[in-house]
Order: sequence, then C-alpha cells, then structure tokens
Amino acid sequence: MIRVEGLTKRYGVAAVVDDVSLDIERNSITVIVGTSGSGKSTLLRMINRLVEPSSGRVLIDGADTRDEPAYLLRRRIGYVIQGYGLFPHRTVAENVATVPRLLRWDERRIRERVQQLLTVFELDPQAYADAFPHQLSGGQQQRVGVARALAAEPTVLLMDEPFGALDPIIRTKAQDDLLDIQRRFGTTIVLVTHDMDEAFRLGARVAVMSGGRLLQYDRPATLLTRPADPLVTRMTGRADRAIKLLSLTTAGEVALPGGSDGPAVAASASLREVLSQLLWCGADSVRVVGEDGGTRGHLTVAVILAHGRG
Amino acid sequence: MSLANVLRFTALALLIAFLLFPQSFAPVFAPLTQYGAPPIYDQGNLLSLALSQLGTVCVAAAASTLVACGLGILVTRPSGAEFLPLSRTLVNIGQTFPPVAVLAVAVPLVGFGEKPTLIALFAYGLLPIFENTVTGLRTCPPEVLEAADGMGMSSLQRLWSVELPLATPLILEGIRLSLVINVGTATLGSTVAAKGLGEVIIAGLLSNNNAFILQGGLVTGLMAILLYDALVALERRVSRSTPD
Repeated sequence: MIRVEGLTKRYGVAAVVDDVSLDIERNSITVIVGTSGSGKSTLLRMINRLVEPSSGRVLIDGADTRDEPAYLLRRRIGYVIQGYGLFPHRTVAENVATVPRLLRWDERRIRERVQQLLTVFELDPQAYADAFPHQLSGGQQQRVGVARALAAEPTVLLMDEPFGALDPIIRTKAQDDLLDIQRRFGTTIVLVTHDMDEAFRLGARVAVMSGGRLLQYDRPATLLTRPADPLVTRMTGRADRAIKLLSLTTAGEVALPGGSDGPAVAASASLREVLSQLLWCGADSVRVVGEDGGTRGHLTVAVILAHGRG
Repeated sequence: MSLANVLRFTALALLIAFLLFPQSFAPVFAPLTQYGAPPIYDQGNLLSLALSQLGTVCVAAAASTLVACGLGILVTRPSGAEFLPLSRTLVNIGQTFPPVAVLAVAVPLVGFGEKPTLIALFAYGLLPIFENTVTGLRTCPPEVLEAADGMGMSSLQRLWSVELPLATPLILEGIRLSLVINVGTATLGSTVAAKGLGEVIIAGLLSNNNAFILQGGLVTGLMAILLYDALVALERRVSRSTPD
C-alpha cells in the first residue's frame, strides 16, 4: 500500500499541492484526476521523488520513500509519461532493458524479460526488438513505454497522462490493455489524467484534485452519487451522471436469474451498453451470456433504469 | 560510384601522390616560377611538413575538445549553470583574439616551436566545440530526460548514456568546424618555427616563388576539405540511429 501523508509542495508561497493525504490500495488502479494546474502531476511525481515534497511524506509498504537515494527508489517504481520519453538512440529492446541493466541483471535474464514483455505488448520481438523508436507508430511507442516501465517487475507503476497523445480508438484499446496488464501482473497502478471518463473507466478509486487540494477520494460510483464538493459534481458532469453510473456496472454483476428471448449481451458489457442495445432493438429485456456462450441470466429495462438512480 | 565519391577519391589520390612524389608534379608548377627557381619546395620534406601540421592540429583539437566539452558539461549541470556566462566569455576571447596575436604573446612565455602554435590553435578552436556541446546538451528532449530520471538513472548515468549520445552529432560538428578552421590557421605556426606547411608558403613569399605559395596553400586546402568530408561521413554514421 502507498500511504500519502500531508504531502505539500510549495514553489515560493504558492502551494501546488496542499496537504494531500490518501491511501492507495495495493494491486489496483487508482486514478488522480483534475484540471491542468490542479497539482495532480506534482502529486504523482512526489511519489517517486522526481519532485521533493516541501512537507509530508510517502510510505510504500510502510517504508518512508526518503530512506534511500531517490534514484534507487525510482528503479523499483515504474514510470510512464505522456510523451513516453523513449530513448531515441536506443533500440526498442535496449529501451525496455533500461532498468534491468541499471539493476545489473544478467544478460540472459534481461533478454528473456524483454522477449516476454514485447510479446505481452503485441510487439513481435523478431520485427521490433531492433527497431528504433522513431520507426514505430504512436500506439507502439506507448506500449514500449509501458513495457519499459514494467521491465524490472516493479510492484508500483506511476503513469502521467499515458494515453494523452493517442487517438480515441487506440486509446480505448490501450486502456483495455492496461486493465489486462494490471490483472496479469497485479501491479499497483497510480494514473494521472484530466479525462474523467478515463478515470471512471480505469480507476477502482478516483482522487479528484483542484487547486492543489484533494476534493474527494472515493469509488467512482460514490463520486457520482455522493459528491463531496460542488466542483466534483461539475467535473463528473451533472447532465449525464445517470448514464455514467450505468457505465460503472457490468451486466454480469446485476443479472437476474432466468433467461429471456431478447437479444444476447456479454456479461462483461456495461449497463450503459446494454441499455443502448435495448433502445436500439426496441426490446424490453436482454439475455446475459458468459464468455462460454452459456446464459448467465437476464436484465430488463426497469432493472437497468433502477441502477441509474443515484 | 557517385560523383561525390569520384571527387573525393581524386582529391585524396592527388594529395597523396603529391606528398609522396612531389617532383613528378614539377612540370605543373614550373610555369609559375621565374628565373629558373625550383618549381617544387626543396628545403624540406613536404610529406613530413603536412603530417606535422596535421599532428599539431589534432593535438590542439583534442585539447580543445577535452576542455570545451568539459566546460559545456559543467555549465549545463544545475550546479554549474552560474559559470555559463564566464565560460562563454572565456571561449569567446579565445576566438576573437587573433591567433597571430596569441603567438606573439605566447612566444616570450614558452619559446619558439610547436608550443605557441598549440596554444593559439587550442584557444581558437574552443568556441565551436563549446557552443555545440552546450546546445546539444540543452536541446535533449525534456521528456527523454524525465524518463531517464524516472527510470532511476543517477545524474552521471543520465549524462553518459542519454545526454552525451544525443548531443554527440552536434559535438562532432563542433569538433569538425574547429579542426577545419585550424588546419588553415596552423600555417601561421611557421612564423614561430613550428613545423608545417606555412614554411612552404613563407619560403614562397620570401623568394617571390608563386609555385611554393600555391603548393603550401593547396596541400593545406585539400587536407581541410578531406578532413571536413571524412568528419561529415562520421557524423552521419553516428546520428543514423537518431531521427533528424
């Protein structure tokens, strides 16, 4: 667990981050969301000490991050930034091998790890290991950036607007991939974004920041149903909050027993998608099917609408 | 073979042939002489003069590179930033102070020969290397540097494995400029008894022998052009892996 205690960063008299405390759960994705200038990136960068706090402290699994030199701390924490910052003079494989090399892993272990990660990130090692970053597409560069951050098997991964430079279609895919990666490696991920939809989509818990202060830190559904601050309501969007709420629940989670002769939807689909499907077909109910194709239950319009009520 | 390569090899072959067998070029230079003066420089070995001039230039460039790169690295570190104006002034003085004047000042201090020439060339060659090192290090993409820090590189590791490799093409360009300028400037060294092709030119001036002047000038010029060309090729090789 990462515990942030009274973290403050002042430049001159202005506090960019003002007395922020939060506990980040292990093995989950926590999203810090806010407008530009809200201090969200500074907060993230204080976790790996790219920015040194003016006061307060960060504990990772109980140990104060100031107990060791900053560069050693950072080798244990993955870090991904918006522009990816791939080393242009190094090949993809060399980029991914950066931290293992710093940690002096033996060459064979490094080679195996690079192969494994490139495969996980759908970059055929044969074709891409020896390519240079400028030969890759934006989406590929982004994946190399994440692969590089995960190379030394860090338990914590910090991501600063990692999908900001991607076009919408690739971004959705990259977000799905990140959810997969998180499940696969069990990494504790802290992600900064200004995009509330992205925060809701990825975050198990979401921290909303404004003007250097932490406005609310809760599960996405709670941010919608019980916003602690008018600003939170404004940022999450008042007009479509019911729809947002629906997008946080999957059909499988709330399916009622029994089948239906309506259209079939995947258990992993969100209620928002199911509702859209119902509207489109003019049906009253859907049959929820699992990945194996077996019926897992059914859902009706009324049930879905009930879930959209705050 | 491209035209550029044809020219390149012709120039190199001509230079080598002339330095090894100067007498065989006598008919070419004979029309430039008067009263039966020798058409080819005969008071020393042209090859050894050319080599010693090249040697002097290389030693001076090595020293300039070491000092200018060192200074460039120092003033781009946070702890050394305040030395930037001072360093810039110093290397600028090295460039604006005419090499001839440096020679005049240096001779009483270190005597005649190679030493004053080395000092003059060293001072003259600092500026391009220094400025290019500073520019190269300062224009490293900020997100690349942030990634290097974020990965846990120490500042020395970052400098060595990220900043310097990225700045290398520009640094090499600075070294090339400095070398090429100094190949020509080094002929001045002959006024203070350094071995070099300036000797040939001075001998030509003293005896009113245009052939000597031309020989000294041509050999120097060809060396500068070929050196320039070779270094450009080297820079291309080095920067091939990095975009623009």
